[in-house]
Formats: sequence, C-alpha cells, structure tokens
Amino acid sequence: MNTIGNVTGIIANLVIVETEGTTAQNEICFIKHGDTRLMAEVIKVVGNKSYIQVFESTRGLKIGTEVEFMGHMLEVTLGPGILSKNFDGLQNDLNKMDGVFLKRGEYTDPLDMDKKYEFKPLAKEGDKVEAGSWLGEVRENWIPHKIMVPFKFKGGYTVKSLKKKGEYTPDEAIAVLIDSDGKEHKVTMVQKWPVKVPIRAYKDKPRPFKIMETGIRVMDTLNPMAEGGTGFIPGPFGSGKTVLQHNLSKNAEADLVVIAACGERANEVVEIFTEFPELEDPRSGRKLMERTTIIANTSNMPVAAREASVYTAMTISEYYRAMGLKVLLLADSTSRWAQALREMSNRMEELPGPDGFPMDLSAIIANFYARAGFVYLPDGESGSITFIGTVSPAGGNLKEPVTESTKKVARCFYALSQQRADSKRYPAIDPIESYSKYLEYPEIAEYLNKNISENWTESVLKAKDILLRGKEAYEQINILGDDGVPVDYHIRYWKSELIDFVILQQDAFDKVDASSSLERQDYMLRKTLEVTDFDFSFESFEDVGPYFKRMINALKQMNYSEFDSDKFKKNEKELEAILKEQEKEKVKEEAQ
Amino acid sequence: MEKDTKAFQRVYTKLSQLTKATVSLNAKGIGYDELAIVDGRLAQVVKIMGDIVTLQIFGGTEGIATNAEVIFAGKSPTLKVGEDLAGRFFNAYGEPIEGGEIMGDEREIGGPSVNPVRRKQPSEFIPTGIAGIDLNNALVTGQKIPFFADPDQPYNQVMAMVALRAKADKIILAGMGLTRDDYLYFKNVFDNAGALDRIVGFINTTEDPPVERLLVPDMALSAAEYFAVEKNEKVLVLLTDMTLYSDALSIVSNRMDQIPSKDSMPGSLYSDLARLYEKAVQFPDGGSITIIAVTTLSGGDITHAVPDNTGYITEGQLFLRKDSDIGKVIVDPFRSLSRLKQLVIGKKTREDHPQVMNAAVRLYADAANAKTKQENGFDLTDYDERSLEFAKEYSSKLLAIDVNIETDQMLETAYGLFGKYFKPAEVGIRQEFVDKYWKNNK
Repeated sequence: MNTIGNVTGIIANLVIVETEGTTAQNEICFIKHGDTRLMAEVIKVVGNKSYIQVFESTRGLKIGTEVEFMGHMLEVTLGPGILSKNFDGLQNDLNKMDGVFLKRGEYTDPLDMDKKYEFKPLAKEGDKVEAGSWLGEVRENWIPHKIMVPFKFKGGYTVKSLKKKGEYTPDEAIAVLIDSDGKEHKVTMVQKWPVKVPIRAYKDKPRPFKIMETGIRVMDTLNPMAEGGTGFIPGPFGSGKTVLQHNLSKNAEADLVVIAACGERANEVVEIFTEFPELEDPRSGRKLMERTTIIANTSNMPVAAREASVYTAMTISEYYRAMGLKVLLLADSTSRWAQALREMSNRMEELPGPDGFPMDLSAIIANFYARAGFVYLPDGESGSITFIGTVSPAGGNLKEPVTESTKKVARCFYALSQQRADSKRYPAIDPIESYSKYLEYPEIAEYLNKNISENWTESVLKAKDILLRGKEAYEQINILGDDGVPVDYHIRYWKSELIDFVILQQDAFDKVDASSSLERQDYMLRKTLEVTDFDFSFESFEDVGPYFKRMINALKQMNYSEFDSDKFKKNEKELEAILKEQEKEKVKEEAQ
Repeated sequence: MEKDTKAFQRVYTKLSQLTKATVSLNAKGIGYDELAIVDGRLAQVVKIMGDIVTLQIFGGTEGIATNAEVIFAGKSPTLKVGEDLAGRFFNAYGEPIEGGEIMGDEREIGGPSVNPVRRKQPSEFIPTGIAGIDLNNALVTGQKIPFFADPDQPYNQVMAMVALRAKADKIILAGMGLTRDDYLYFKNVFDNAGALDRIVGFINTTEDPPVERLLVPDMALSAAEYFAVEKNEKVLVLLTDMTLYSDALSIVSNRMDQIPSKDSMPGSLYSDLARLYEKAVQFPDGGSITIIAVTTLSGGDITHAVPDNTGYITEGQLFLRKDSDIGKVIVDPFRSLSRLKQLVIGKKTREDHPQVMNAAVRLYADAANAKTKQENGFDLTDYDERSLEFAKEYSSKLLAIDVNIETDQMLETAYGLFGKYFKPAEVGIRQEFVDKYWKNNK
C-alpha cells in the first residue's frame, strides 16, 4: 500500500506534503492535480512534512491535493529500443507525445513494448550467473544488444531455463533464474534501475591506458582524451563549446554516443535531430543517428528534471557499457544542472555555500564524474564510458564554484579562450592553459608511441614547447617593439603561429578539415615540426611574417585537401619550394 | 482584465502582511499562480503556506490598507487573442491603451514549451541590409538574439530598422520600462512606414509601476504564438529592454526574502530568461517566432549577471560600438556573433560567404593589433599600414549601421577591399574562391 499525503504548501515547484505514512529521500511521488498526475521527487523530510520538487509547472495547484508516494527512487527503463531515441530528462519518449506543445503530466513509455526482437541465447541452462551476466542478445540497429541478468539481482543465480532462438517482445520472460534459496525469478529483456545509483556490474576498473580518437587535432595531438577518461570544457558564451561538443559527437571513435542536452538551447538539440539522421559516421559508414541517443532537457523545460537528465544519461551509458561497448557521454552543460540545484536549495532556505550554490556541490560533481571509466566485465570483455562535460562559468570567470569543483575531478581540461574565439581561431582551445593528465600516464605514452609513431609524445611536447616559447617571444615583441628585439624572436613567434594555424585551428564546417585521422595528424605534425626545426635566417624582421604566411597558407591548403590526394601533394610541393628559398639564402650567405 | 465582481467569487478583506510588493492573507482553495484583484490592483499568487496566501501586487502596494478588498479570479493571467490584436497597443495587462475591447479567445499566458522534436531547424535567412549583421552575423527565422548596448547607443532605432526590413508578417513590440519618447518613436516609425497594421505593442513605460513589466514579455509571446501557430505567420518579437525586466525580477525576489545570487539577481535568473527566449521557434508549417531583444549594459560590462546569463541562452549577440576612426556606430565584428548563421551563410547566400566573412574579420583583428602597436609608439610594418587602411574602409563601407545593401554586394565590396590592400596569400581563403571572385585592383 502506497503512502498518501496532502499538499500543505507551494512555492513555485517546491511543494510541501503532509503525510502520516513512510516516505524516503529521493522517493518518487505523484500529485493528483485534476485529471493529470504531476511527477515529483522527495528532497527533504522534516517530521511528517515531505518537501518535494515537482518536475512540472505547479500552476493552479491547490492546498489539500492528494499525493501518492511510489516507494521507489527515480528509475530508468533499460532494454532494447533506447538507441536513437529522443528522451526528455525523465526518459519520456518525446516522439510519442501528441501536439506541438509539451503537456503537463504526460508521460510516455521509453521503449516500444510491441516490437519483436530476434533473440539469440548466449548462456545455457545450468550456467552460474550474477547481475550483469549476459543471458542472450538481440539486434538493436546494428548493435548486439545484450540481455543481462538485472543489476538489482544480488548474489549468485543458476539459469533454470532460457527461451530458444526466436522473436520475442521486450516484456516477455526470456529466462528463469534460481537464487541460492531455490526461489525462481523470471527475467525479461527489460529492467529498471535508480538513476542516482551507479551500476557496478563489472569486475575491475583499471586506469585508462589507450586514447579515444576524436579527429580534432588540438585534442588528439596535443591533449589526448583517454578511452574511459573524463574531461571538461569550460568557456564563456560564444567561445564554441557547443560546436566543439557536436563535432566530438560526430567524429569521436565510439560505438555509442549519449548526449545530455541539459538546460541548453532547444535549437541545438533540433540541429542534432535534423543533421544526425543524414550525416555518416566516418568510421562505420552508418548514419550518425544510429549510434546516438539524446536526453533533452532544454532550458525552457522544467528545471527540476534538469538534474535528473544527466543521471538518466549516465545510467543509460552504464547499461551499454555493461554490454562491452565504448560509450561517449557528453553533457552540455553541467553548470545548468548546478544552477538547478541552487534554485532548489534557495527555495528550501538552506544556508548557501560559495555563490549561493549548495555546500555539497563539489561532492555531487565528483561522484558523477567517478561513474565514467574503462571496465572489465565479469566474462572478460571490456567496456567504457568516456565523459566530457561542458561548464558555463558565470562571466567567463574560471574561479567560480562549478569550474573549480570540476577541475578537481576531470583529468582533461580544455579551456576555451575568449581571445581566441574573438580572433576566430577555432576551436578556441587555449594551447597553453589546457592539459591532458593522460599524456603523463606511462601506459598512455607507451600506447601512443606504439600506435601512432615512435617518439610521438616527444614530438607533442616539442610542439607544446614551441607554442609556449612563441607566446613569450610575442609578449617581448609587444613590450619592446618589432625592432627592439632580435629577428630570432620574430622567427620564434612565427613558428608558434605556424603550429597554431596548421595544427590547432581546424574548420569544423569544412567537409575535409572537420575530422582528421590519427595517421594524418601524425603526418601533419611531423611536417610542421620539419618546418619549425629548420634553421631560418632573415635580414629583417619585416621579412619573417610574409614568408611564414606563405608556408602557413600552403599547409592550410593541405588541411583542406583529401589526405594524400593530388591537391594535397601539390600544396606540399609548394611548401617545399618555399623552404628551398631559404636554403638558397643560406648558400648565398655562406658563400659571402 | 475584468474587474467586476461575480456573484460566486469570495471576497476577503483582511490582510495579515504588507510589504512593498506583496500582501499576505488567510484564504482557502486558491490555486498557485492564480490572479486576484487587491484594492482594484492586479495581483498574482506567488506562495501558499497552509492557509496563508502571498500575492505579488504588480502595481505596487502604495496606499493599500489591511482591510483592502481581495477578489480571486480563479485563473492565471490571460490574454484575448485574435486578428483584432493587429495594429493596436496594449498595457501590461493586455488592455488596449486607447481603450475599447478585444474580440478573441482567452488564452493563459506563459503557457507550455514546444516539444523539441516538433521544432524545425531554422533555415530561412533574414536579410536586413546592414552588412555588420548580414555579412558577419546573419540572422535566421526562429532565432533569438539580443543587442548588447550601452544606454546611450541607438539600439531602439537599429531595432526598428531591422524590424521593418525583415519582411515579417507581424511585429510584436514588448516595451519594458520604455521611455515615453521611445514608445512614441516606435509608433511613428512604424506608422510612417505604413506598417502599423502589422504591429502589436505591449507597453510598460517608465511612468508605469516596474513590477508590471513582468507580464509584458509573456503577453507579447502569447500573441506571437497565436499568430505563428494558428495563422502560420512569420512573427518578429522585439523585447526592449530585458535588463529592466530582470531588475523587476530582482525586486520581487528581494521582497520575498530570497537569497540573491550574482549581482543581486535571483538565483533562477537563467531559467526565468530562458523560459522567454526559448519561445523563439521555427514550426514545420512555416510559422516562426524570431526574437530580437535589447540588453542594456553598464559601461560595456558583459560579465554582469543579466548579459552573462542572456549570452548563454540566446543564439548570439549583436554589439553596437562607436568607431572613433570613422565617427559612426558600427556592429562590432569581434564581440558580435550569430550562432545560427552557419545554417544560412554559404547555403542561402553565395558559397564563399563564410570564408570572406572570416578573412575580413581576421584582417580587422590584425589592424587592431597594429593600432595597439601604433599607440605604444612602435614603428609599423608595411603590412600594418595596409591593414589599418583596410580597417578604416571596412568599418565605414561594411560595418557601419547606416549601410543598406544586398548580400552579394557586401561580398563584392569585401573583395574590392581585399584586392586593394592585400595579396591572396595574406587573406588566406580557399584557392578556388580566389580564382573565381578575387579582384585585383592593385
């Protein structure tokens, strides 16, 4: 029998409910407002009063309205049919809703329960299994979707019976398991899991040891993201966070991409809806939408569901990771989620922490990032969740609580700089401020040197060094004037500009340049370092810029051409011709 | 709004608390967000605790006595919508300023959001003739974009100009804290252009109580939704000024003893603003709502909570700045941005548009560096000199807000300037475009 209560107070979407029965923290309840049922979550209990945050507008709600407590936390439904769907923050299938406008209290089934899936058993009768063990698989789009022992099952089980190969709907029992007490449990293709609890159906979670290719040079080459790693992208508005995330979701080497559009613009989600079914995954040749799932809680959708949306996205990612897949989870933006926490903390009149955020913000963020990672599954397979979140720091100030809390836990930091964005140097990732801790991992360095090319990490550090020295030289030039410094300073500055233009900058809207393979990145880095290694000599500082600009132009045209194509080679020849001029200069000088 | 009492409505006459913006009283069976009339003034329920109902009085509480008459309306704020709205101006409560009645259906304002999967990707270019906008920051139907401007800049004039050139079926003006002069200016400009029958205005001037402003954008956007959804019209909504709207939000949250966040603004500022701006939408049936807003800055400071939150919500921003070199107001190419421009430039406009745009802005940035050098007393290189000359001409021929030309002509003008001052390698655009469009004037 569910606990029933009555509304006694309303402040926006915070509602106070008086009840004589039992309620639990984070328990889900429904307010019976007229014909609609409004979903809410318990966030505080004081005596017989439960404070609940309503996931919908409370307009018209009256004192005394009945509230039913459901006895469980916010759960997602896991099973075949999640892929390629567009969900809201509470996992309602947005496509199943009628009408142009979202209706309050309309909840739709996340899965298609009538659809039949071709089931193939993987386990056999008598097998010893535990939570997360693979019982069988069905085909979901192109993914072999594993049907697992529900994560809620504790301890060991024995498979009593298993359905034969054939077509079944998700809610049909496909297996019967026996627990240690001899009790029978029916298992379907569908299971439920509370979003705030991590799924731990894995054996081991090692340190990440390989990189995840993204096709974005400034990431892969200079600040690589590890498979199963975490990173974050803070940046003021207009610095290209969203374009960068979209580009990641298009080009990253992942089996699955889960996008949590959390409190951001609706048109950005529409862009994904519109373009992804058309665009091709550069690796598999399939449509991008086939590997993408969207959890959309745009900024005009109910604030309380914003927090839920990131957890829903993480839980779905964990589910697919348990099938041995490489999942990339993107959340844009975690600041909006933090703000949702702040709004509620404010309404509950809690004592505020820094900038009005709740005191436990830092712990909440840390726990969330910790759910990502590379794991070994019970049967020896592996899976991963790579998580990249954006942060929208107020006023572009990186000293605010959300950025600082995130910096403590995320291993990659991709700082977007307003200055670079202003001068249209995209992606505006600051090469000096940004870092990837993974570059310091010996297992990653070994992986890179083995898989890309020998001395790769050495070359990367060299490029970083040139960038730093170039920046220093530029500052000196600005202080002392063009002719107040040796010509060498100009050369140093222009070498860093060359790396900036050729490696760092990348045209996300150009068909060819948008994504660069590792092979190509390796080639271009070596080519660029060949140029920067050259011992240039110029008579006057005035000759340096124009000369380098010609080389930059040739190299940029290479970036715009298909790798190894005639056009590519033609531009490369051009570059060599420009370099030859210097060699001739040298010979002349030496002769004199 | 109806003020006459209906027989079955319950009347209360005992207020238990009075503040500058709110009153509280004992009442039962009241819905959240419900409207009420307190001593003849419109009010709305903002908090219910047991039997105590707190009301926010839009017109302020001056002179309200503890025995004031309170009548609950049993509904949230509404607007009557219909073709009848066109060509008229209303106050914050949706009552015609010139008097008279409106024929139409009554709708709740501040209604639900559009399901994101029912939206269409914006793809229709809105030419304005202003190159600082069309060339560098092209606008698209269904977009939301504010002008970030200091109070002394002619943002209302530019906005009126954009509105008239944008070829919208309806222009809905939401004036919040608009000076009476500016209100009359808008009215005149639209009248002179013969566009008055396409205009709907919801006006709260500086003469009206500030809290009333909170109703204005919702009124305007409800009217916009009527025309866009039911009539499939292209609607352009002008919101001026959103900073004054936010000030009204902070007044109310302050009166309700909420803990302020950055710059004394309520912690929910982001959601409050997003709820309005996200009404901008392109519908599959051709109707659209495009929002052009104004956020006034104090001394160009964009880190203040209002412009900062706005920047994260809107699809770009347009910066106006006075260029002292040419003595004109320009659309600043560095700080302005239209996020949706990628959907139309080079697609609805000529193929080389994106590259020309980027190249020109980059050269303009080089000129800015050269200028710093010059101001610090260093010698300039030949390239510096050329870029400075380029910048001056670029600014007056393309960035100035008094420019009114076709998009192709903007591109031609840009090539003209490139050819006059630079070599193709210095401009760095794709070779095929250079071959096709480059003009060698040197």
